[in-house]
Amino acid sequence: MPSITFVHPDGRAQRIDASDGESAMQAATRHDVGGILAECGGNAMCATCHVYVDEGWLARLPAMGDDEDALLDGAAAERRANSRLSCQIKLAADLDGLVLNLPDRQL
Amino acid sequence: MSATSRIDAATPERSAPAGVPRLDVDPFSTEFFEDPHRIHDVLREAGPAVWLEKWGVYGVARYAEVHAVLNDPLTFCSSRGVGLSDFAKEKPWRPQSIILEADPPAHTRTRAVLAQVLSPTAMKQVREHFTAMAAAKVDELLARGRFDAVADLAEAYPLSVFPDAMGLKQEGRENLLPYASLVFNAFGPPNQLRQEAIERSAPHQAYVAAQCQRENLAPGGFGACIHARADAGDITAEEAPLLVRSLLSAGLDTTVNGIGAAMYCLARFPDQLARLRSDPTLARNAFEEAIRFESPVQTFFRTTTREVELAGHRIGEGEKVLMFLGAANRDPRRWENPDRYDITRRTSGHVGFGSGIHMCVGQLLARLEGEVMLAAIARKVASIEISGPVKRRYNNTLRGLESLPITISPA
Repeated sequence: MPSITFVHPDGRAQRIDASDGESAMQAATRHDVGGILAECGGNAMCATCHVYVDEGWLARLPAMGDDEDALLDGAAAERRANSRLSCQIKLAADLDGLVLNLPDRQL
Repeated sequence: MSATSRIDAATPERSAPAGVPRLDVDPFSTEFFEDPHRIHDVLREAGPAVWLEKWGVYGVARYAEVHAVLNDPLTFCSSRGVGLSDFAKEKPWRPQSIILEADPPAHTRTRAVLAQVLSPTAMKQVREHFTAMAAAKVDELLARGRFDAVADLAEAYPLSVFPDAMGLKQEGRENLLPYASLVFNAFGPPNQLRQEAIERSAPHQAYVAAQCQRENLAPGGFGACIHARADAGDITAEEAPLLVRSLLSAGLDTTVNGIGAAMYCLARFPDQLARLRSDPTLARNAFEEAIRFESPVQTFFRTTTREVELAGHRIGEGEKVLMFLGAANRDPRRWENPDRYDITRRTSGHVGFGSGIHMCVGQLLARLEGEVMLAAIARKVASIEISGPVKRRYNNTLRGLESLPITISPA
């Protein structure tokens, strides 16, 4: 069972337990992590579960699809090189300890 | 009309396999439209999958099964129609949609085009104008005080922004709502609503077919953007008008009923209006919660492409499965206090816009319209009171009101 940490814009870190196979967005929603809206429910259609992946983890994540890539261009907060949609980050044991930084806004 | 009845004498008697609860409720009846919640409860409690004898179809009303069917598009396909009519057996009443009524891989290509035309980036470009128009509409209605929240707000506001955003001509726009009403009635069974809608459809179909053509769509609008994708080679010149048609079919009546649902909620639950007024940033979620609570799009069908196990029952190939989105959105297995309209609820995961590859491609546009309208109300309106008889509108797929007389006071 991977454990992941969301870091809020004010620096507050929120560590949550995720289940194997669920997405980082689903784990955040289940634990009511503010800052992850996920309006479309995980269908890669809304860009409101945007995160900045902490250094060192980016290369270990599943590759980005075209949908996600296009959506990130329209995300409310600035797109950076380490931007991802958390609904597209499927969690497994090898991502235990993953750190995701939250943008200042999703809308 | 081309559709034949499933209950005529030529249709052999069909029945459910053993073990599947059989129900004789008709989800396309006036009785159902007037009070779906009681019957939704019966459907959910009868079992994870049921057999609806009236129309000879399976039904799923619990969240888990609705979500599962929506997210298995290769088993539960759309290309045989998302209404009761099975396109493998009957000719569609209009040329088949190349997005709604398509499966991967064909669907993937057309979907990508509409997703880009209605992307978050595209919404940023229209947001300011939509916001200003919502504020102007609320100012106008505050000056009147008493009005019909359906015709004068839920219909009037989308009509003031959507046709222009599409790039439609001024003439003929009165066809848009009747056309959409027809499309959503046509997903239903061959009942009076569907038959009459199709019998009266010719002028509306002719209008929509003409507006889908490139020369009738103003530069810069969503319609022109779709045609531009044909130049880029992403779709053919023949496909572009059909994708414009999808937006004209599903882009207006849905937001009308979504905004109507939100108004009906705020009128009935003044504590939630007060909460919204105290924090207008809740506007977007107040709209989203109204979509969950009322589910303006109530149902869609899928057709099985093979024998499949659903909730422990073997279902054969070529069976229609009716998904009760509204029932899933109030399933107590998934939602706490499901019958409570709560604008602070975490609504993520509701299936009011569907789920999976066919999830509403215009959801961002719907949310934008709903959000800016409710934000304007939050800032400008102190109270909303129902001041006349509330009348329901009957449609085989859409849930909404015919009339909602209200009186509002300025903040």
